[in-house]
Amino acid sequence: MSEDCQARSGAVVQDKTAFMVRREHRLLSLIFILALFGVWELIVRLGLVSPLFLPAPSAILITGYKMALSGEIFRHIGASLWRIFWGFSCAAVIGTLVGILLGFFSVAESIGNPIIASTYPIPKIAILPLLILWLGIGEYSKIAVIGLGVFFPMVINVYTGVRNADPVLIKAAVSLGSSRRRIILKVILPSALPMIFAGLKLGIGIALLLVVAAEMIAADAGIGFMILTSADLMQTTKLMFGISILSMLGLIFSWLIDRLERLCIPWKE
Amino acid sequence: MRVVIEKISKTFEDGSGGQTEALRDINLSNEENEFLVVVGPSGCGKSTLLNIVAGLLPATSGRVIFEGIPDTSRPHTAVVFQEFALFPWRTVERNVLYGPEERGLPRKERREIAQYYIDLVGLTGFEKKYPHQLSGGMKQRVSIARALANDPWLLLMDEPFSALDAQTRTIMQDELSQIYEKTHKSVLYITHNIQEAVFLGDRVAVLSRRPGRVREVIPIDLPRPRQEQIAMDPQFLAYADQIWGHIRDQAKEALAEEGL
Ligand SMILES: Nc1ncnc2c1ncn2[C@@H]1O[C@H](COP(=O)(O)OP(=O)(O)OP(=O)(O)O)[C@@H](O)[C@H]1O
Ligand SMILES: [Mg+2]
Repeated sequence: MSEDCQARSGAVVQDKTAFMVRREHRLLSLIFILALFGVWELIVRLGLVSPLFLPAPSAILITGYKMALSGEIFRHIGASLWRIFWGFSCAAVIGTLVGILLGFFSVAESIGNPIIASTYPIPKIAILPLLILWLGIGEYSKIAVIGLGVFFPMVINVYTGVRNADPVLIKAAVSLGSSRRRIILKVILPSALPMIFAGLKLGIGIALLLVVAAEMIAADAGIGFMILTSADLMQTTKLMFGISILSMLGLIFSWLIDRLERLCIPWKE
Repeated sequence: MRVVIEKISKTFEDGSGGQTEALRDINLSNEENEFLVVVGPSGCGKSTLLNIVAGLLPATSGRVIFEGIPDTSRPHTAVVFQEFALFPWRTVERNVLYGPEERGLPRKERREIAQYYIDLVGLTGFEKKYPHQLSGGMKQRVSIARALANDPWLLLMDEPFSALDAQTRTIMQDELSQIYEKTHKSVLYITHNIQEAVFLGDRVAVLSRRPGRVREVIPIDLPRPRQEQIAMDPQFLAYADQIWGHIRDQAKEALAEEGL
């Protein structure tokens, strides 16, 4: 039934949804960022703004290089990472466990939910003075405040994930002989994994925020401390370098969590 | 082995004091190796009945008894759900392995069992795929293999093919019939498709509209193994017509009641 391609005239049907195709303009992103830095550099070089308020990107890079050579920056990054690591990982584990308990056991839910609901809205940094009073001005109070900040989004996300586990999957597991305990491990936990990762992603941002805030209040090392002292001494380049480090840490963390998520949830396309 | 469903009634209560009587005084029995089909109009309590037999829902009154079960290592039932209910985080193979894992069989035996049933349902080569990579028909095959791999005394199937398109459904009915010839499991099969009921069943129990009661149990005296062509057999059509008669009466009564 194939008809020959003949010369025809008339209105040809066009794809009216062509504009919905999303493309990645990688080169464009790169060019734009470079241009932005170029303009910034130019503005400073031409003396339009004082380097005291806005140092040139090149100056920031050079400062960063010097701080790396002297090892100073690594001391600060190390201190902050250490606090984030302990606060974040403890809260991630405890938050996941508590979230599962609350989601699975109605007794735990009745006891825990009002407590969570009433403590969740408190800005965690407001508790830091109390934590310092209890745990001293050292590392523990900082780790604790980070932990508190990460704990809540973890609990709430994991709880939601557990509650949204498909009941028919739980029934299937029961009918295949799973005990309640096994169901938590083999059905609830994997069902909640995507929400666990959503919690981790939220949590890491909060951890970064809180570590800087805590270090600005009381610390002798850490990126927050470095930024605050640089500001006090009007070392704007150092300050800006500290901020860039934070931006990079944020990127690296979310990249790592993304990788981990892909590793742990291979069934998600 | 014989499964006796004895005077099962079920009334659902919702939070605000409302009641739905889903089942009333159901008496049925499932003989060993028998393929028992339950048909009935939508909402008459078929799924409720199946869930009660599976131990996934408490009955308001009555009981389900598994008679003459000598060894307790095999589970009483395994369910094939309408919604497939596959574990999305497990591959085909590991879905089928689930039951044997939970029963604590040795690793080697588990694998052999899983492979046997994967082959039986025609999924050889798809062991490492995830459920989201499969078509509806294939998903339901996995679900059937998973249930069979647990070696239950009674296989429960709740409208397993109703989510499939008509062509796939016909093929799956044919294959299920062949699987039944090979395994000779006792099956309790729920459907609202009359053709399917006659094609698959040794006996067909017709439930009334809600509250579901057993209206009639019709033995289907057609030779096995049954092939697709049997649907043209006059005897087949007579059975289908008989069942349709019962269900039509129900529908008419329902309409008349609404007209009042
Ligand atoms: N958990 C529940 N709470 C309250 N009422 C329910 C519940 N489950 C089912 N019902 C009601 O009980 C009746 C029977 O439901 P059931 O799902 O068993 O019907 P069914 O025969 O399987 O229907 P279908 O053919 O649509 O699958 C329906 O009226 C339904 O609304
Ligand atoms: Mg149903």
